[in-house]
Amino acid sequence: MRLLVSLALGLATLLALRWSYTFVQAEETPRLVAGLVALGAGVLGVWLLFWLGNDVVAHLPAGRIQEALQPVVFVGPALLLLFAYLVYPALNTIYISFFDERSRNFVGLENFLFAFRSPDVQIVFRNNLMWLVLVTGFSVALGLLIAVLVDRVRHEAAAKSFIFLPLAISFVGASVIWRFVYAFAPVGRPQIGVLNAIVVALGGEPVGWLIERSINNFALIAIMIWMQTGFCMIVFSAALKSIPSEITEAARMDGATEVQTFFRITLPMLQGTMIAVATTVIVAVLKVFDVVFVMTNGQFDTQVLANRMYAEMFTFRNFGHASALAVILLVAVIPVMVINVRNLREQRSRR
Amino acid sequence: MSAAPYQTSLVRRKFERVVVPLAVIFICFLWTLPTAGVLISSFRESTAIRTSGWWTVFAHPFEFTQWTLQNYREVILADGMGSAFLNSVIVTIPATVIPITIAAFAAYAFAWMDFRGRELLFAIVVGLLIVPLHMALIPLLRVYTRLDLTGSYLGIWLAHTGFGLPLAIYLLYNYIVQLPQDLLESAFIDGASHFTAFTRLVLPLSVPAIASFSIFQFLWVWNDLLVALVFLGSGNESSVITSRLTELVGSKGQDWHLLTAGAFVSMVVPLVVFFSLQRYFVRGILAGSVKG
Repeated sequence: MRLLVSLALGLATLLALRWSYTFVQAEETPRLVAGLVALGAGVLGVWLLFWLGNDVVAHLPAGRIQEALQPVVFVGPALLLLFAYLVYPALNTIYISFFDERSRNFVGLENFLFAFRSPDVQIVFRNNLMWLVLVTGFSVALGLLIAVLVDRVRHEAAAKSFIFLPLAISFVGASVIWRFVYAFAPVGRPQIGVLNAIVVALGGEPVGWLIERSINNFALIAIMIWMQTGFCMIVFSAALKSIPSEITEAARMDGATEVQTFFRITLPMLQGTMIAVATTVIVAVLKVFDVVFVMTNGQFDTQVLANRMYAEMFTFRNFGHASALAVILLVAVIPVMVINVRNLREQRSRR
Repeated sequence: MSAAPYQTSLVRRKFERVVVPLAVIFICFLWTLPTAGVLISSFRESTAIRTSGWWTVFAHPFEFTQWTLQNYREVILADGMGSAFLNSVIVTIPATVIPITIAAFAAYAFAWMDFRGRELLFAIVVGLLIVPLHMALIPLLRVYTRLDLTGSYLGIWLAHTGFGLPLAIYLLYNYIVQLPQDLLESAFIDGASHFTAFTRLVLPLSVPAIASFSIFQFLWVWNDLLVALVFLGSGNESSVITSRLTELVGSKGQDWHLLTAGAFVSMVVPLVVFFSLQRYFVRGILAGSVKG
């Protein structure tokens, strides 16, 4: 009897959620009302569903079925979503990367050959490699340098938050900020971008930072370095604090210079952190999309992998090419992630 | 003999007292300069922005007639940043609450329930950390189009949930599994069900882990552009703040009075989170850095 009540309640909830969905989607619903209803339904709905699922199972006759169903209520939704949103789509992407643009005819390795042969995509790979080397190198080095410097000043926390701040804002926001830095006006007109103002003040000609093919990629890469350095600095800073000061003190007592202490003692002790930081930055760089999308949309030879994939999806409507690029991205990410996760485990077990 | 070490330490101390702080101040200045320029410009008249650099305001900073809120009024009301802001709120809050709820239940089950295939399933969840969300976009977009889910809030919540789950489960599991075993066992002896043990004991005890991940996921969704573009599209009334700002860059790329104000409208929430919850924020960023 109680079981029937639970089931009825569950059904009612589902109907209510379904109704709220139609209500929110309807054209004539005012936006604000729709938004608030959606917000409520989304937040409460998930809790209600768990509560009801548990309620139904709790009122089943005690026994093996009930015992078997209990974990299903707890992990079932997670597994279902993971399957629907990651496992199946990822496998499907691999599958359709062997088919033509509409996924009708099998084309074998055609899409991958296109990716490695087309001159456009070669530029994409070249750019990704440049991003990878420069962003990783500079943000790790700068992050470490700043962490070491900041460790010796009085208002450490305040100084750190200046460097860390860019990490809080979106890539889109950061792109607008830097578009303003790179703003360009023809000779003779007032330069409102900081960079060109400096160039002109020093007697140079204003530069089109985002258009000039020899510099624009570096201009975009600088944005990512600006954002990632804070992350590197925070991690290094925490690691530096965990090095017992007796060790470095002992080295100094023995007559080691500051530089020697750093390279012989501190740096080797930071090795694990270094791997963690570098791999994390590499993965972030491989997936970079927003900066290029907002700044140049891939024009003037600035395209990167994720942007090319997006263009194949929405501009060229070639799902074969797009999914081949996604697979290439996956293959590039896997080894880095494996190192990252393995390193993470090692560090955890050592603690 | 004894003079040399004394002198080097003097030099070193001088270096530490003068050069290092100066270097730090210089770096902080350099790092803040781009943001400061945009913040200052967002309060200047559009013609002033176009004709003189933002740094010229420092010549006469207290001439209050040069400051204006008109840019914000225009970008929020006329250029749709206001409604995009609302959309971002509606997208972001459930896209944070839903994955955390689902992940917490799953993490509890992986940590404290006994069922067949537990280890294997958990290994799969950890393995999925590696998959970049780019791998999922094309098939999902096709399914969404067929089910008419594109442009709906439900669709994007579930997408963010799916992409956020592996990390959420992994982090919450690491936390929940190390809660004291006796505590839960005594609860079960007192007749508590798994559901009660979870809601009354495990959830309250996991607040630090949940808070860190919530902040990470919240900022991730708020700042996301790619997922929003694919599943909500742009140029319609359901676009979120990042895609609206991107559209503004495309259509009004030289209207700096709008772009600067718009950028700040989009950054206000992350900045408030950053300044008010800095400790959790740092923890969240560190924990979430491996997200796919």
